[in-house]
Amino acid sequence: MSTRSLSKGCFVFKPSPKKRKVSRTTAYYFREGSSDLEDSELRFATCQSLQKQVKSETEQIEEELNEQLFDNLVSFLRRSHSAFQEKKTEWTCRTKSREIPTAALVLGVNVTDHDFTFRSLSEVLQNNVTPYIALLEAKDCPGIKNLMQKLLGQLMNCCIDVDSSEEEDYEHVSRSRVRCSMTTLINWYESATKRTDSETPGKKRTSSRHWQSPPVVVIFKDMESFTTKVLQDFVVISSQHIGEFPLVLIFGIATSPMIIHSLLPHSVSSLLCIELFQSLSCKDHLSTIIDKILLTTQFPLKLSEKVLQVLINIFLYHDFSVQNFIKGFQLCIVEHFHSNPLSVLCCQLEEAKRRVNSLSHNQCENVRRLPSFRRYVESQVSEKQIALLTVDSSLKEAVQKLLEDLNVYHENYFPILRCLHVFTSSLPKYPLGKQIRELHCACLENRVWETEEYESSLQLARMLNKSDLVTMLQKCVEILVSSPGREFDEIVEKLKEFLTQFQKLEEAYQERDESISPQKELQKKTNLYHLQKTLLELKESRRSKKLTKFEMLRFEVVDYIDSLVRHYLVPADHKTLHEIVYFNTASVLREHLNAAPRIALHTALNNPYSYLKSEVL
Amino acid sequence: MSLAECRSAGALEVKFVPDEDVLRHIADDAGIKVQKGKNQLIANPKRFVKKLEAISDDEAQEVLEEKSYVAVLGVCGEESMTNGSSVGGGEVYTFQTPKRSNKMAELASELAQTPGQSAVPDPSKCPEKTAKTPQSSKRSSSSQVQQKTKKNEFVSTTPYRLRKRLADAQLESESEYSASCSEEEEGEEAQKEVSTVLSHQKTPAKTKAVSTPPSRKTLTKKKDNMNDLVEEYFEAHSSSKVLTSDRTLQKLRRKRLNQQTLHDLLQKSPLAYAAEIKELNQQYESLFSKWMLQLHLGFNIVLYGLGSKHDLLEKFRTSMLQDCVHLVVNGYFPSITVKSVSVLNSITEEVLDHIGTFRSPLDQLEFIMKRFKEDSSLELYVLIHNLDSQMLRGERSQQILAQLSSLPSIYLIASIDHINAPLMWDQAKQSLYNWLWYETTTFSPYVEETSYENSLLVQQSGSLALSSLTHVLRSLTPNARGIFRLLAQYQLENKDNASYPGLSFQDFYQQCREAFLVNSDLTLRAQLTEFRDHKLIRTKRGADGVEYLLIPVDDSTLSDFLEKEDEDI
Repeated sequence: MSTRSLSKGCFVFKPSPKKRKVSRTTAYYFREGSSDLEDSELRFATCQSLQKQVKSETEQIEEELNEQLFDNLVSFLRRSHSAFQEKKTEWTCRTKSREIPTAALVLGVNVTDHDFTFRSLSEVLQNNVTPYIALLEAKDCPGIKNLMQKLLGQLMNCCIDVDSSEEEDYEHVSRSRVRCSMTTLINWYESATKRTDSETPGKKRTSSRHWQSPPVVVIFKDMESFTTKVLQDFVVISSQHIGEFPLVLIFGIATSPMIIHSLLPHSVSSLLCIELFQSLSCKDHLSTIIDKILLTTQFPLKLSEKVLQVLINIFLYHDFSVQNFIKGFQLCIVEHFHSNPLSVLCCQLEEAKRRVNSLSHNQCENVRRLPSFRRYVESQVSEKQIALLTVDSSLKEAVQKLLEDLNVYHENYFPILRCLHVFTSSLPKYPLGKQIRELHCACLENRVWETEEYESSLQLARMLNKSDLVTMLQKCVEILVSSPGREFDEIVEKLKEFLTQFQKLEEAYQERDESISPQKELQKKTNLYHLQKTLLELKESRRSKKLTKFEMLRFEVVDYIDSLVRHYLVPADHKTLHEIVYFNTASVLREHLNAAPRIALHTALNNPYSYLKSEVL
Repeated sequence: MSLAECRSAGALEVKFVPDEDVLRHIADDAGIKVQKGKNQLIANPKRFVKKLEAISDDEAQEVLEEKSYVAVLGVCGEESMTNGSSVGGGEVYTFQTPKRSNKMAELASELAQTPGQSAVPDPSKCPEKTAKTPQSSKRSSSSQVQQKTKKNEFVSTTPYRLRKRLADAQLESESEYSASCSEEEEGEEAQKEVSTVLSHQKTPAKTKAVSTPPSRKTLTKKKDNMNDLVEEYFEAHSSSKVLTSDRTLQKLRRKRLNQQTLHDLLQKSPLAYAAEIKELNQQYESLFSKWMLQLHLGFNIVLYGLGSKHDLLEKFRTSMLQDCVHLVVNGYFPSITVKSVSVLNSITEEVLDHIGTFRSPLDQLEFIMKRFKEDSSLELYVLIHNLDSQMLRGERSQQILAQLSSLPSIYLIASIDHINAPLMWDQAKQSLYNWLWYETTTFSPYVEETSYENSLLVQQSGSLALSSLTHVLRSLTPNARGIFRLLAQYQLENKDNASYPGLSFQDFYQQCREAFLVNSDLTLRAQLTEFRDHKLIRTKRGADGVEYLLIPVDDSTLSDFLEKEDEDI
């Protein structure tokens, strides 16, 4: 059947049910498209599990980050609710107040992340406060009528959800038939609360989870996109009825809280009793994500400097969306496992060791082809070289050892990186970057101690005052103690020693370093040559002699940190077998996530040779 | 700092550009047009050539700067894309209009520096100048230029290429001379204007400040400059000289073709670089299973790049989707809609076998989403050719499609062609779509996509209207045909009258009666209703309330029609 027609633009193809096979699994396509058939099932399984792990981890992080905000919101709802309870007992004053309690939730410009926030928010509220939650989006509500429809639909549905266990099809009215008005809403609310009230003795769940007469929470996901009129109407109408049922509004705001006042005239906004809530900024959010996901040994896959740079650039220059960042990371995972046959070894160390043993000959050849492995082979003695290149078993042994080395390297790398960050993040002007991700990128890119920035930051570090230095050292000790690395006992000892020395210094503050006064020596020498020499020495020594004990100690500390950096923060691509765990084809990522159709068109038109490799062009 | 010098130094240099230069850069843009016209009138052609040379050098430098800026951003790092399209942003957007900006202004002001030479537009008016042979003029001007370069050496640019060119300038100077002469003839009417402009030009002292890049002098001269700029602005906007080419299709001597011949001709001409294009497409075809994998992992795929992607997607469909439920949407189809009519209905009626209607597309969308969420075994592949087509690019359509595509069991693969297509999507939609971009530059012609469009090369013959006219008329009674003939003839008689309103109903009735075609105005009205239903005539109510009748077909078609009718009779 063709898809060309003069009368139709849409074509549906349904394979006959007989012919319809069990649809191919994702793994099938993974195998089909993968560049190398080796171990594709295993790779796919690893990839999937890693993705799942990352997903759950990120979700957990997000929940933790939002916890504070949600707690505040819940307590706000509680307060507004208690006011209603009081009013309910005093029927007289009920009609007087017409202010609707409103929470203005400032979420930042990363609109794409809001969905997740709202979803977890409604979950939290559902579990703790009230079953009556309506999530409204501007695109569903072009008019007040649609808004009410949507609102009633969501509220009544959720009510039915709660009770569905005992009443199967109780008033399963299609909401199109219900007249959508505030009165219906109020009637519904009364009947609903009455019902739950009467059920409370029998069912403890409702009473324990929700309060008596739970508030109705209406969430406007994207307040800015709602038309002014709809919002105004809704606020005015509901303020008329606020005495009859407890309504709470939550506005999701992307820009600034001022928008409420520019959207709503004073007469309307005065009907709202607004409280402001600020969510965590997306930059902090990203730092946490990077910290917890990329800068740990928990996940075997690592990103190379360029890839990380691309992801961060997309974040900073395009959308501020943490979700997109995670999406990019997920894409990295897929690409890595899909394109690299050796990625089968990209898993936890014990598992990887086991897998090394079962590598096929082809895979061994793949290992031998890795540039980093070639370098390694070349550095070995000739007998070993031959063994590595010809005998699979000896290769496997070496690979196991190298993987272990790599693991140890990572275990040491991250704590030391954090320590270095403790130092550099407090320096003026931040020569190595304020965020740990910048430092991480710098370390991955090349030997960080060869860069100018590092030089200048060391110089600045040599000028730190004592209290700062002590707190930093203490922080470093904390970091190192809490990290799982094995080699850190020594370093911790050394740092503690420094700390005690600082303490001692304080006690013996007055004591000065007494040295032999060079003046005396000067008088002995009469020879011109000797005189010059001693003068030079004197000059040299004067510079160093001026150092107090504290300064000497400070130099020592900085030098020690420097030595740590030189030892542990070697860039990853100097490590053998880094190709297995590092994803480094940044171009693929940029092409797929941050494409430039304009450039493609431009190149195709101006320089077709880049596509068509024809001699004529 | 010329490009050549940069190259010889072997290092890329980032130049500091002060604010006033940036300001000049922006403000001078307006002055380009008229100055360009001026350049063509220069009596001293060789100098002009060299200046242009210098300009292109500087331009290249500019591009270089832009590039390094982009590189600093890190967006376009050292690693180029796989297809080698490592072009900086600034280069792309300017396409064929190179940024002359302040270069032209500088050139003009330097010309003004020697008013005796350049203010004389016509060579014939200045005999001693024209008497010079090209060689002699070359020598004198070259020495001049060399002096100038010496002067400039420590202040500003020394175009390396310029010096190099002096060696082999002779041939080119002659050829350029003739070229500029011919241009002079063209720009004859602009001359007066230009000479006035030149008299308004800056004094030499000022121009020096202009021609030397960031100098402190410009700061003090800024105000004067601004005044000049204002004048230049109005000059530029008052000039009637249009820079766009006037070589339109109308000027082709050949008569325009009809659809069929054009089609045949295109069929005959072989596709250039067919082998390479085929190879390119094969590369893309090897990605099919990767696409499937990524679709299954929750991404959606969008294809972009030059050339029709219809065949590629079609191949994808036939090779990968034979055993799956899938929906193909031809976005280029002129009456396609997302709402109610096409896409959603196809899904609800044919995929989900749902009979019934929905009150709004939103309801329908909700229904679809619910069904797909409930039944996890349901899977649907959606292929959309030209997601950015006229009909689908609307905000609401895109919203609906985005929401559809965000369902985990709907896999969307689409193609876009418009250069600004990505502007359709805001952040929210983009995250719903969850795109993975794939560049598929196919270089294949947009045959299928443009089949609903009219080509500029084709004569709009209105043959379709003619055939429909004859078809409809053939099914009518002879009397009705006669009525239509009358109207057509009357309209043709009045074809030279531009304000012809149509034939008024009363007059028409009178004529019809006289020709024994109708016996009452009721019968005439009945006939007219029939015509109107077939869109053969249009009625307009005039200012006086009288009904006017008009055949909405162009005159040539109408006369063709009448001729044909005559033949038939």
